[in-house]
Amino acid sequence: MEQQSITTKERLAIPRQIMPAQEPEGRNKNFKEVNLGYTPELAQQEALRCIQCKDPACIKGCPVNIKIDQFIKMIADGNFLGAAKKIKEDNVLPAVCGRVCPQEDQCEKLCILTKKRESVAIGNLERFAADYERETGNIELPVVQASTGKKVAIIGSGPAGLSCANDLAQLGHAVTVFEALHELGGVLMYGIPEFRLPKAIVQTEIDGMKKLGIIFVPNAVAGRSITVDELLQEEGFDAVFIGVGAGLPWFMGIPGENLVGVYSANEFLTRVNLMKSYDFPENDTPIFNCQGKNVAVFGGGNTAMDAVRTAKRLGAEHAYIVYRRSEAEMPARKEEVHHAREEGIEFLMLMNPLEFVGNDQQWLTGAKCLKMELGEPDDSGRRRPVPIKDSEFILPIDMAVISIGNGSNPLIKQTTPDIDVSKRDTIVVDMNTMATSKENVYAGGDIVTGGATVILAMGAGRTAAAAIHEKLMNTTAN
Amino acid sequence: MDENQQPRKQLREKTLFATRFLYWLFIVYNVKFLSRQKMSGKSPSSYEIEEPMYKIVSAQFLAENIKKIEIEAPRIAKKRKAGQFVMIRVGQTGERIPLTIAGSDTEKGTISIIVQGMGKSTRELNRKEAGDAINDIVGPLGAPSHIENFGTAISIGGGVGAAIAYPTAVALKEAGNYVITINGARSKELVILEEEMKAVSDEAYITTDDGSYGFHGFVTQKLQQLIDSGKQIDYVLAIGPIPMMKAIAEVTRPYNIPTVVSLNPIMVDGTGMCGGCRVTVNNEIKFACVDGPEFDAHQVDFKNLIDRNKIYLPEEKQSAEAFVHKCNLQKQL
Repeated sequence: MEQQSITTKERLAIPRQIMPAQEPEGRNKNFKEVNLGYTPELAQQEALRCIQCKDPACIKGCPVNIKIDQFIKMIADGNFLGAAKKIKEDNVLPAVCGRVCPQEDQCEKLCILTKKRESVAIGNLERFAADYERETGNIELPVVQASTGKKVAIIGSGPAGLSCANDLAQLGHAVTVFEALHELGGVLMYGIPEFRLPKAIVQTEIDGMKKLGIIFVPNAVAGRSITVDELLQEEGFDAVFIGVGAGLPWFMGIPGENLVGVYSANEFLTRVNLMKSYDFPENDTPIFNCQGKNVAVFGGGNTAMDAVRTAKRLGAEHAYIVYRRSEAEMPARKEEVHHAREEGIEFLMLMNPLEFVGNDQQWLTGAKCLKMELGEPDDSGRRRPVPIKDSEFILPIDMAVISIGNGSNPLIKQTTPDIDVSKRDTIVVDMNTMATSKENVYAGGDIVTGGATVILAMGAGRTAAAAIHEKLMNTTAN
Repeated sequence: MDENQQPRKQLREKTLFATRFLYWLFIVYNVKFLSRQKMSGKSPSSYEIEEPMYKIVSAQFLAENIKKIEIEAPRIAKKRKAGQFVMIRVGQTGERIPLTIAGSDTEKGTISIIVQGMGKSTRELNRKEAGDAINDIVGPLGAPSHIENFGTAISIGGGVGAAIAYPTAVALKEAGNYVITINGARSKELVILEEEMKAVSDEAYITTDDGSYGFHGFVTQKLQQLIDSGKQIDYVLAIGPIPMMKAIAEVTRPYNIPTVVSLNPIMVDGTGMCGGCRVTVNNEIKFACVDGPEFDAHQVDFKNLIDRNKIYLPEEKQSAEAFVHKCNLQKQL
């Protein structure tokens, strides 16, 4: 496929290449990855659709500004390894981001092709390049600068912490990452299910970082096992980056939420993903037996989609999404909603839960819900759901998952009072440097923004790494 | 002829050398290739093997099925306070279980836990000996016990609960309280920490359900006796089986004696992330792992705790039975 010989008209005539996927009927019973990835032929064909515009808007839509036009051209030319390298100049976790980024709201949204046709499948191509590099065993270690003699502690091994650690290690700093759980990767391990992000991919990425000399310490809870002050004063770290993620799950505050069978999305997903309870009794951690049961997930975000699709895979007869607004307002990615629907998930829209009801043993038997209709737009511009009078009914369910977001874990705040926090308990930072109110302490990711995306957290980690580097090197000069 | 053969021989030698070199290259390449294959084909479980293990320094039975285990964990040993717990994962496929820290030795960098074999994980832990290791330990977690000089404080431990009541009794003593301990067990053989309790107590009582040792009856009866004797009691801490803690709460309620219990709901992460350990206290949702584990006994909804702890009974039974079966087979071999 000679790139030079193809005209723009010919490029535009190529349809967007469809991502091959497992058939819905089989996949809703297994935990293997749903999307199968492009073949080299599909990838090259898709890459040819990019018209290589002079001022690529897509790059501006990417929180870490990947050189999208350049890596896509390399794929079109058949230089797959070159493409992977090019992406890695700006993104340490391309195999992860190619899978979980909301590209349709970022790079792909700004693609010039969207004016008349579908955008270039940038996310699918990113995933292809990263997978090709990994699967052919060609991952190259980046160059590590000479040691600066500076030590940086990273708290949390999720997307923010990993990207910050990676940049700092490459710049020659000695980096130690502390993780509260027994596995590394944060939300990539406990939150996002195997069928959307295989854990082996995350582990390959972390193995690569270990080879850069980054030290990982699992089982260390910030604020309990170690405090920020101890790291700075007793353990000799020159700077600390806090990337602990969003912490405590929110509940709805309605009666019956402590009934047996009511889970937070965090607990449900942690049991299944991190503790592998889908493989009970091979793994010791149990999960509610969903076989033939009715399960409702309350919420409309990506986590809700992950939870409901997980429940279906665990054998649920009916797996519902219960959401108080309409489908148009659901924050979940279109692809996730589409996949969920294909797998037989039932969407109960404009429905507000009032109370959970249970039997004598306090086991959940149903959710009392109120039907809603859309009224006038509210402050956010979304049409406000208003209750329909006398529309209460009981939805019979055996298990419920609450997926309405997370608050901040108070442990850092309690043990490091000189770090300023907002009213919502998120850490306040200077967004240009991610510096907190405490000297040499930086923060990024969900602990700053509240629940957001993997790529935004990674962007914050990078910004912090650059600022930490500058600060530490200037301190040396002085 | 000879002159002709000389270059041929050289050629043959060169060819042989080249062949050998190529062969050697082939081997080296293949070894590299295979080892790379092996690396990229790593399963998640083989990855975990690289993670640090935590060594068991000593282990001995205190009573039948109740074992004291000392584990190397310097960071935890340095920081832990009375009332705090650790999460332990015994093996690679294990669950995370919360266990209260019974004591620590900062010089040795160790902490002690006292474990009664109940389900699979605790039985597995109880089979560990000095020199063995466990996969994961994290802590100290939970809020420390609220300690002050209350005046007269009673620390009540039921069964293995004594292991948790003990460190708090030590802290209460250090804070200047007149400390009374009530240590309850089903029978004499199951009494643990008798000497240790005595050493920190101004008054130490043992109760046994069958009367084989000490006071014949329940810890609640002994407590009632102390209240009836007209003794001023300013604070009660009770740790043990849920029905016992519930009963203690009812004994002290009419007298408005401040009473604290340490709750043991099912946990997953133990750091506040999952909310699985939520308990109802004063009609509010609380997370035992960060808001507790100690709560005002008079405000705890014990029925909710009992019911919530039953969610995995069939699975727990299945795991425990399979484990016992496996152990029996191993014994027979």
